[in-house]
Amino acid sequence: MSIVETIMQYIGAALILGGSVFCVIGAIGVIRLPDFYSRCHAAGVTDSAGAAGVLFGLCFMSAPLIAFKLITILAFLWLSSSVATHALVQAAYARGVRVENPRVKDWTHGQETSAKKEGEA
Amino acid sequence: MIETNSIALVFFAFLLVIGVAVTVQRNLFAASMLTGIFSLVSAALFTLMDAVDVAFTEAAVGAGFSTVLFLATLALTKDTEKPGVKRPFAATFVVLLTGGALIYGTLDMPAWGTSEAPIHAHTASYFVTHSITDIGLPNIVTSVLASYRGYDTFGELLVVFTAGTGVTLLMQRKGLFRPGALAIPPKSRAPYVREMPVVRAVAKTMLPFILLFALYVQAHGDFGPGGGFQAGVIFATGFVLYGLIWGPAKLQPIIGGRPVQGLMASGVLLYGGVGVFCLLMGYPFLDYSALTPDHPVHGQHYGIFLVELGVGITVSAVMLIIYFVFSVRPRVGRGAGELGP
Amino acid sequence: MTQAAHLWHYWLIIVLGMLGLWVVIAKRHYVKKLLGLSIFQVSVIMFYVSMGKVEGGTAPVYLPGEDGGVDLTAAYSNPLPHVLMLTAIVVGVATTALGLALVVRIREAYGTSEEDEIAAADRAEEDELHRQELAEEAL
Repeated sequence: MSIVETIMQYIGAALILGGSVFCVIGAIGVIRLPDFYSRCHAAGVTDSAGAAGVLFGLCFMSAPLIAFKLITILAFLWLSSSVATHALVQAAYARGVRVENPRVKDWTHGQETSAKKEGEA
Repeated sequence: MIETNSIALVFFAFLLVIGVAVTVQRNLFAASMLTGIFSLVSAALFTLMDAVDVAFTEAAVGAGFSTVLFLATLALTKDTEKPGVKRPFAATFVVLLTGGALIYGTLDMPAWGTSEAPIHAHTASYFVTHSITDIGLPNIVTSVLASYRGYDTFGELLVVFTAGTGVTLLMQRKGLFRPGALAIPPKSRAPYVREMPVVRAVAKTMLPFILLFALYVQAHGDFGPGGGFQAGVIFATGFVLYGLIWGPAKLQPIIGGRPVQGLMASGVLLYGGVGVFCLLMGYPFLDYSALTPDHPVHGQHYGIFLVELGVGITVSAVMLIIYFVFSVRPRVGRGAGELGP
Repeated sequence: MTQAAHLWHYWLIIVLGMLGLWVVIAKRHYVKKLLGLSIFQVSVIMFYVSMGKVEGGTAPVYLPGEDGGVDLTAAYSNPLPHVLMLTAIVVGVATTALGLALVVRIREAYGTSEEDEIAAADRAEEDELHRQELAEEAL
């Protein structure tokens, strides 16, 4: 194995490790964060940063054609998972899921009541 | 081997946790989504067991299409389950007895993964060593699926066709397939998705790629994992995405007409027609050497291409019709309008 | 203990299957029963596929050989269970769809998808018919 290949292997391993760390952070966030919206954000970290780290790491470790396929997968994943999270949060907002973080002003509540008032009027 | 086994153990642990969660979850929407995740994790496990084609199918069907189907059903029925179970002790007893008997039965099985197991002895070793000279395709699974065991696959395709016909008969209403019958959109169950410009823009961008990928899977099944079954499901999933976002009324002019019902039958006819053509040429049923008698291997290639095309057409048409009849059915009966605001 | 080291894959798959079977028997909501059935189905498929695995083998797609042909000396996992299970998955979703269509029709006829409520409705109807017959005989 040439020196360049060895370096590539190490870069790949480091990226995979970094991606895994983001996955763990996302998992902790899903358990620890107080309400639905912030938990969605944590799950989004797993999808975007975690998957990106692992897939880029694998790119460094594989042949060019496979690397191209992995990048295509990553593009699809970024597009679809971020849109899925967007749709999920929109649906939750539309059904009136509340923000329960004490440090954040409950804008959901305010919006909902104003919408109701408009409806009544 | 230690590495593969430990990865397998982690996946098995996931599957057990998800399975228990499905069992205890009384919100059936959540349980359906968990079943989709169960399918996805099991697809990862199939890859670990070298079954790439099975993993591909499971990921497309279990995690994609069947979850949508369950959600479509729940939109028509009640989405929460009553608490409590029926005869829990009798059920547990039966399950423990069956499981115990099965585990007792495995004690006589050869060790997992050994190459001396009887399952690898007879036809399987022939397929592995001879299919490259008999049929000449790199993917042994496709060779066995479409050529060596073409009868089986034809039978399975007929079952899919029959199930599609049965669903249509059960769910059909007057004028369901008449163009323009749904000109007034049925009462929307998820109005918010249709108002989301981001979702619509991205779905519109991805739709052609999904359909292109389905065609790639259809054509590339000879060389790698893929083939008619997977391609058919992926092709249908593209239209299901369209239907989920723009609503069944927009989907009806595209797939709701008689042509899709005709496609459902024509795939089976194409498959059977290839077999009958072989018979007429004086060869056995589904012996594709009949297609080019002076070069049997080429005939196998043509035959496999045609029957895989038939499989793809029927499977995609059946999946489209199943999704369509579920999505346009109005919600009636007690508790109507419980879902959504 | 040596058997546990060789057979634990099968045992875990059986445990998964029994979980699905328990849902099918003990739960009363028909959609939940079908969810349990699909878990059971996945585990049966996994049982077949795992029998075809050869330790140290690779997926049954020919690897390129040295002389431009294919490598026939490599260990390939058994393609036969893969073929049978691949079609079984697609047939499985088609039959699940049939089951779900029946659930929808039952819901439209009875107004519920819970097994015991449907049985109670049936029994009430039979009792009513029986009572009418008795009344006619009495006349």
